[in-house]
Amino acid sequence: MTTALQAASYVVVAVLGVAVVVCRDPLRQTMVLGIFGLTLTLLFVALGAPDVAISEVVVSTVAFPVVLLATISGTRHGGREQEEDR
Amino acid sequence: MSRERRRLLAFVPSAVLLGGLLVWGLWDIPDFGTAHHEYARWLTGHVTAQRHVSNVVSGVVFDYRGWDTAGEEVIVFAAVTGTALLLRTTRDPDVEPTRDVETSDLTRRAGDVAVPLVVLVALWTASFGYVTPGGGFQGGVIAATAALLTWLTGSYRRHRALTPVPLVDGAEGGGVLGYLLIGCIGLLAGSAYLANVLPHGSPGALPAGGTIALLNWATGVAIAAAMVLIFHEFLEEHLLALTEREEGR
Repeated sequence: MTTALQAASYVVVAVLGVAVVVCRDPLRQTMVLGIFGLTLTLLFVALGAPDVAISEVVVSTVAFPVVLLATISGTRHGGREQEEDR
Repeated sequence: MSRERRRLLAFVPSAVLLGGLLVWGLWDIPDFGTAHHEYARWLTGHVTAQRHVSNVVSGVVFDYRGWDTAGEEVIVFAAVTGTALLLRTTRDPDVEPTRDVETSDLTRRAGDVAVPLVVLVALWTASFGYVTPGGGFQGGVIAATAALLTWLTGSYRRHRALTPVPLVDGAEGGGVLGYLLIGCIGLLAGSAYLANVLPHGSPGALPAGGTIALLNWATGVAIAAAMVLIFHEFLEEHLLALTEREEGR
């Protein structure tokens, strides 16, 4: 049986998942990825998997974005150089 | 034929094929919440009675499939060590990141409140891992975010002072080694590797689950240290890039 909350979670996850792929700017994509992680957390809670939800929320909203942001900063000069080139 | 068209020609059939395979594979899976899965039914019926832990997931991760988790511990250890080795060898050891932002008094005060709270949540999540949802992995990552908060609300220097390299490196290796050694308790007792031979205590209490509790903590220590180590390396890269950029101007 699928409850309304579960159905809504599936829809939000699908929408945010596509949004992550459609995002072309890495900085923006990192943020959207974090929100996507939050919706996945909601889905896991709705499906009765709180253990996975706790893992998901800390990894996808804190740990992974920090590593991504630091990498973007190190490789692309934080996006600033590109803007100056324009 | 243009490049776009060739890409489309390759994409559409493979998308249809892979999508079809996925739908075909998922077609017959039981509905969510139905008890068709033999293994799941057996576990939910037996874990609490056999191992005296009320969180079935922890019972599976640290006992029934404890060997898989041992493999995962080693994978995390190898990945973190590899990342650290790779980033440290490409860095000039004489160049220190000079750029460090001192935050305002208010931000520091907020950090003074937030960091202990996050540490508390981490300890709670880890220690009650086999009683309620949570566990060493989750608690470990939360603890690492507390370390990250010391940088965000304080300074990089403060962050590194609070998480000294010998402590982090030692905890990372020690946590993984601890997990592997706890497995030997089973061997010493004349049973199999990772066999849960310690007294099981009473379900719902903190001293329960035998080796599950110990493996839970070993995992927590290893994961917390692994995450902090990764943060160190990436933050160092980030701050060095900032320093170079400023010196270049």
